[in-house]
Amino acid sequence: MDALMLTIIATSIPLLLAATGELITEKSGVLNLGVEGMMLSGAVGALGAVLWLENPYFGIIAGGLCGVLMASIFSIFTINFMTNQVATGLGLTIFATGLTGLAGAPLVGKTVPSLPKIEIFLLSDIPFIGEILFKQDFIAYLSVAIIILITYFLKYSKSGIVLRAVGDDHQSAHSVGYPVKKIRWYAACFGGMCAGIGGAYIPLVLTPHWSEGMTAGRGWIALALVVFASWIPWRIIVGALIFGGITIAQLVGQARGWPIPSQILSMMPYLATIVALTMISGRISKSNSVVPASLGKPFFDTQ
Amino acid sequence: MITFVPRDKVSKNWTIIGPILSIFLTVFFGLLIFTFLGYNPLETLYQVFLSPFSRIDRISDIFVKACPLVIVGIGLMLCFRANVWNIGAEGQFIMGTLLAGSFALLFPSVETKFFIFIMMVIGFIGGALWAFIPAILKTKLNVNEILVSLMLVYVAMLFIDFIVRGPLRDPMSFGFPLSKPYPDGAIINKIPFPGIGYLGQLHYGILLILLLIPISWLFVNKTLSGFKINVLGSAPKAAKFAGFKQNTITITVLLISGGLAGVAGVIEVSANIGQLQPEVSFGYGFTAIIVAFLGRLNPIGILFAGIIIATVKLGADNAQMSMGIPKVVTGLFEGILLFFLLTGETLQKYKIKWLKDT
Repeated sequence: MDALMLTIIATSIPLLLAATGELITEKSGVLNLGVEGMMLSGAVGALGAVLWLENPYFGIIAGGLCGVLMASIFSIFTINFMTNQVATGLGLTIFATGLTGLAGAPLVGKTVPSLPKIEIFLLSDIPFIGEILFKQDFIAYLSVAIIILITYFLKYSKSGIVLRAVGDDHQSAHSVGYPVKKIRWYAACFGGMCAGIGGAYIPLVLTPHWSEGMTAGRGWIALALVVFASWIPWRIIVGALIFGGITIAQLVGQARGWPIPSQILSMMPYLATIVALTMISGRISKSNSVVPASLGKPFFDTQ
Repeated sequence: MITFVPRDKVSKNWTIIGPILSIFLTVFFGLLIFTFLGYNPLETLYQVFLSPFSRIDRISDIFVKACPLVIVGIGLMLCFRANVWNIGAEGQFIMGTLLAGSFALLFPSVETKFFIFIMMVIGFIGGALWAFIPAILKTKLNVNEILVSLMLVYVAMLFIDFIVRGPLRDPMSFGFPLSKPYPDGAIINKIPFPGIGYLGQLHYGILLILLLIPISWLFVNKTLSGFKINVLGSAPKAAKFAGFKQNTITITVLLISGGLAGVAGVIEVSANIGQLQPEVSFGYGFTAIIVAFLGRLNPIGILFAGIIIATVKLGADNAQMSMGIPKVVTGLFEGILLFFLLTGETLQKYKIKWLKDT
């Protein structure tokens, strides 16, 4: 049972991080559909760094930086050159799939050491809970810390309120004197960093070697999670755990030889995403204010 | 410091200059990345962009490769014009192929070539049905069509894998995940040229493009429905004011684009593979997104775009064989190309102005 919970948590961490980053990006009014690409580049960057520097912690840094680099490409085009965000995000994923395939080719067949578990003094001795919650790796703790900070940031800090204002009505925010483009750049890069670290988690913890397109749609599921969470940070944890649970359930099913074809079981996370989006759609009708009002709209600053 | 100033009217020049400049910039930046990663840029340039033109049969293979891209691209053009983001054409391609292929395997002895037209209709229905899922969820429940159509790609890939390894597996395939071969009537023949024979894989299926391009051109430019699609995409408020049925348009463009993706799948498999296998599409559905944009969402543009992208795809195959570069690198060029094309769209509407630092 412990082991099962641990694998569910491990599976949900990349989704959790990527979705949290995208939530901040979207709160600023930018829709970045390139999460899958940013995660891939984080994964390949982390692998490269760990093989080169032989320390898994550099993998986290490298993964984050690669994510930021990808998000910067996205930001130059969408924020500065005012390109269509949907198409640019798609382009980013296509671009990153190619780039990581090229950069990852020399890494094929090499394995990296796993990210070490950190036991938290005393707390890790609590039966069951201690094993699951307080014997985790650095990224797991980091992701929870990010969620808490984000919740506080959006609700109570002045910068958080400015960020939301920019996402809800960029013209008004601009006329009050806030630097819309700069804020969006920061938000998009934060999203890139989270997606990059989330991508790094895949080779650092889940499968310790490179394969082309190893994120397998996690970036897209993370995008769906943001909608599922109705742009409220803590709900991402719930969503990510549900998806982690479904992914592990179908793997367990395959291993135990359930009388359902493995391909049908593998469809579960994707079908669940569609079901989740459909169930949540009623609550995100147009009258509701949960969706950032300027989401996806390019901003042109009149000078 | 650069800034943009709105133009009085959309620049006609940039409509032409944009794509051409984008292609040059893409080649430049692509080669820069290759050099950075330690590949010989000149050899890459030759392999990716020029080697597909080196022999006449290779040139005809460009058209073969462009065929599914153009057909899917035309369908996506309608969606993108209406601001409907169908990015699941890959899944619609697979499901259309699977439905038509399963149908063909029911008639193992059919010989008449008329049969292929029935398969195309069934392929259209298969692709359209798969696109109907995001269509109905979008219009009835306002569910994001981007995510739903994309998720259905993964589902379709797994589904064809299941069918070909399970119910439709040929007992004579020695354990390979392959269906029985298609009957003769379901095969699209290569075009024989008197005195030359066959040119590469050039087949009759590409004739459909010659039909599809003028029809779609007339549809988007000369019919009321085409006009409604354009208005919905470029000025949704005006469309609403004019009383256009937004949901009907959304469903229609999704069904047509899904259907065309299915037809493209039927042609591709009937002409080049001749049986069902786990992988039938090789990313055509995703690449067609780039083709639609490179073609400026315009049928004639899409024809040229399909040829250009097909060249790069074939070039990447050659580069993989001769230089060991992974095939996915085409994505690198496609992504950069899309970035610059979209910037070109901005330049159609805005002028660049240099501001002095003050």
